[in-house]
Order: sequence, then structure tokens, then C-alpha cells
Amino acid sequence: MNKLDIQNVSKRYWLERESREVPACEGVTLSVADGEFVAIVGPSGCGKTTLLNIVAGLLPYEEGHVRIDGERVEGPGVDRAVVFQHASLLPWRTITGNVRYGMELHGRFAKPEIERRTERFIRMVGLQGFERAYPSEISGGMQQRVNLARALASDPKVLLMDEPFAALDAQTREFMQAELLKIWRQARKTVLFITHQINEAVYLADRVVVMSSRPGRIKDVFDIPFARPRALELKRDPRFLAIEDRIWKLIEEESESILAGGASEPAAPGA
Amino acid sequence: MKTETLATTPVKEAPARRTNFYKDHEGMILGGGAVVLVLAAWEAAWQHGRAYSLDAEPMISALFFTGPSAVLGALRETWASGQLPSDLIHSGGNFVVGFTAALAAGVVLGIVIGWFRTVRLLLDPFLNAFYATPRIALVPLIIIMFGIGRLPAIVIVFLSAFFPILINTIVGVKTIDDDLLKAARSFCASHMQIFTTVALPGSVPFILTGVRQGVAHGLIGVVVSEMFVGGEGIGFMIAYSGQTFATERIFLGVAIMAGAGILLTSAAERLQAHFSRWRPER
Repeated sequence: MNKLDIQNVSKRYWLERESREVPACEGVTLSVADGEFVAIVGPSGCGKTTLLNIVAGLLPYEEGHVRIDGERVEGPGVDRAVVFQHASLLPWRTITGNVRYGMELHGRFAKPEIERRTERFIRMVGLQGFERAYPSEISGGMQQRVNLARALASDPKVLLMDEPFAALDAQTREFMQAELLKIWRQARKTVLFITHQINEAVYLADRVVVMSSRPGRIKDVFDIPFARPRALELKRDPRFLAIEDRIWKLIEEESESILAGGASEPAAPGA
Repeated sequence: MKTETLATTPVKEAPARRTNFYKDHEGMILGGGAVVLVLAAWEAAWQHGRAYSLDAEPMISALFFTGPSAVLGALRETWASGQLPSDLIHSGGNFVVGFTAALAAGVVLGIVIGWFRTVRLLLDPFLNAFYATPRIALVPLIIIMFGIGRLPAIVIVFLSAFFPILINTIVGVKTIDDDLLKAARSFCASHMQIFTTVALPGSVPFILTGVRQGVAHGLIGVVVSEMFVGGEGIGFMIAYSGQTFATERIFLGVAIMAGAGILLTSAAERLQAHFSRWRPER
């Protein structure tokens, strides 16, 4: 059974300055199976973050359905957790305090259980020894680990990741990708992962969804055949490069079509 | 207020190093030395000026100027007579009551005004006008409204300290990071939870900036209010000494206010530093 069902979802933004509507995404239909890792790639402004925010319940949507385990999404819920592009940690809380935060807000776990889970997920993301540090005292990569631990600790059915490694330097990013796969194998979550990096998507996901430029539609879906666990060397495998190349060509076509025809399209806010 | 996460000790510990008495206390030594030097020079000038006469008049008249030893003498005298302790208690009481009320009202109203945009927009013009008006200008009005007892003094202290605390609290609540709000919302935070876990702790450093400014303004309020109304307190002592040409007592009053100012603002600064430990720029 599908964990996450996105059916024919459309979202338009109202452009105040020009008094007209701009479509962010249109007729998006996508199903994600239980325990599956799906990545969405697309040119910037294709509405992929909009789609993630809709699934997270942070943005209202007018058309279509988003369902988790058959239940319609009407707002944020304990069945989902978001890993944000910016770590969004409470700067006045220690690492421990931040990892607990999601669980505290949900109120689903009793206190001793929260303690246990906090410790467990801090260990899972490899931050033991930094429990009492403040976010300003640790690196960007470590902050994103806290961001991930906070989301995982709240025990969501679906993990939503919004370009979580985009702000990291190239080396840290590679390392974090491998770490994420390791953690994902332990945590066994359904993941929807947004990125603009094609090789990140191919490396991480079971399926890669390519979105077209505005209005964002699903252009193609690629099954990624590589067995797990995947080593970072996979990225230099000719088969890997071939898939990456095909996706890249698709996106390139898209970007060119924007430059050629859609140049008058203004950028949608927050898309 | 939620402080449990703020109160834990930081990870970083001071690295061990060789202690050097001068380096460790450089500020104290240089600053203290300078104060002693200035006081000594002042005393010397004062003694010298009194001893030498111009046309049978001392160069410096005790009427217009005074020296540290004379101020110290005034301190002993007024303390022994019980006048100074009672003035201190009177002024201290005015300050504590007025400031505490200002703190409570400023923080509560500041949070409400900062949190609700409509309330803020409605009150903005009044707040700006009040904040820009020197509150001292209201003293005659306050005397008319509250009489000449203790109450007007307390009201003036309250008004002096209230606005800095209010304005800073508003700014603190208003400038909450949107990313933090979004993260809290994604974990299904209720309005109350967002308030207690994001808005309140996020504005604590701002509130404390307001407290620091409020202390300074409140002290001004104490002196000014007592100069205008009542027959007690340090402010009254300064005003009365002025009228009776007791120059050394004026200096004593001023020195006491300066000391109180230094003591209270440094306490507020320590409090602020303590609650801002999580900030990167320490």
C-alpha cells in the first residue's frame, strides 16, 4: 500500500504586484510506497519546495488530494516531519534540547521515552559528546544532523527533506549523503527528498521524479536500479553517470524552454 | 520564563594558561588607578585653593566647590544623624516599587503588542509619541493627578522605566525568526507552544536590554520626582542642599546616584550576558 499519495495537486500564487495568479505546480500525481525513498529534482522555481510544503501541511492547496495512509492532509501532523534547508534550530537550546523539541511539541511520548529517544537519535546522527553545545558552537553539517535527528526522533511515518544539504560545502555534502543513507537504513522511513542536485537524487533515491519548469508538472520518473547499501564510489560508475546524464538532458531542455519562450514569466514567490 | 535550557553549562571551557596578575586585572588596575589619581588631584586642588587667598578671600570658596574629604565628612555626618539612611530607604523604595511595576507591565504588554500585529499598528503612533516625549515634561501633570506624597514619585519612576522595557520587548517578539516559526508549526505546535518555546525565549535578550535602559531611566525618575515633590529621598537631599548652599551634600547625593547607577546597570548587564550565552557574538 502507498504511504503517501499525491493526486492531481495544483497550487497557484497570487502575485500582488501584477494582480494576477501564477501557477506553482499543476496536476502533480505521485505515489510513494512504504519505506521508499523518492527524490524530486527540477530546475529552480519548478515548485518542488511548494509541493513539499503542501505535503507538510504548511501550505494550503485548492485542488487535488494529498493523503497519508489514506487520510487527507489538512495541516501539519505527527505523521510527518520536515528537515529544512536551513537547520532552523532554537539557538537558545542545546543540541539535546533541540532534538527533544519535536517530541515535546507532539506530546506523544512520556518523559522517560523522550529522554531515551533523544539519546538514541543523537547517537544515530553521530553527535554524542555535543549534547550540551549550542547550535552556534557547531558546524553547518552538524546543525543539519541535529535537524535530521529532531525530525527522526518525532517518529514520523513520512520524512520530508527540503534540500537539506544545499547550504553545505561540497565535501560535507557528499559525506552527509552517505550518512543519510546509513541512517535511513536504520530508521526505515518513507522519504520525500527535494533537491536541485541530480547526482544527489540518483545516489540517494529508489526513484527520481523530474519536474518541469513552471508550472511544475511531473515530466518523468526514473527507477534507480542500484543495490543498497550504496558506496560513494557509485557516483563514478558509468551506469550511474548515464542516468545522471539523461536526467540532466531533460532538465536542460526545460531550462532552455524557459529562456526561449517563457522569459516573460516572473518568478513566483517562495517557489 | 523557560530557563532550564539556558542554565546548563556550556561545552567550551577556558583553556588552562599561566596566570598573570596584571593581565587578569588590567581593567581594574588601570581604571581604579585613574580614579584614585583623579580623586587625589581633586583633593589637592581643593586643599590648595582653600589655603591660598586672593584679596583676603580664599581662591576656592566652600560655597561653590568642594573636595572629596568634605564629601566624605558629609557622608559621615548625615549617616550618623540617620538622615541619609532614611533618605536612601525612601528613594530605594520609590525605585523598587516603580521599577517592578514597570518591568511587569512592560514585559506583559510588550509581548502582547509585539505578538498581535493589529494591536501593534493601533498603538504604534501613541507609543512613538510617548517614547519620544521626555517623561519629565509630564511631572507637573502627574503632581496634579497624584498629589504630593510618594505616589507621584513612584508614578514618575514607573513611566521612566516602562517605555524602554516595553519598546525593547516589542522589538524582541516582533523579530522572531520565521524559519523557527515554520519549524515549530511543522511539528504541530499550538499558539501557546509557539509562544512559550519560540517567542518568549527569543525575546529574553531584548527584554534585558530594556531592563538595562529602564534602570538608567528609572534612576533619573527617582531624582527628578523627589526634587519636585515630597520632603524626603536623595533627590530631595540634592535639591534642598542646593537651596541651602550645602555644596558637599549635593556632591554626596550625586555620588550616591552615580554609585547606584553603576551597580544596577552592571547587574543588569551581567543578567543579560548570562541569558545571551547561546548567541554567537559573545
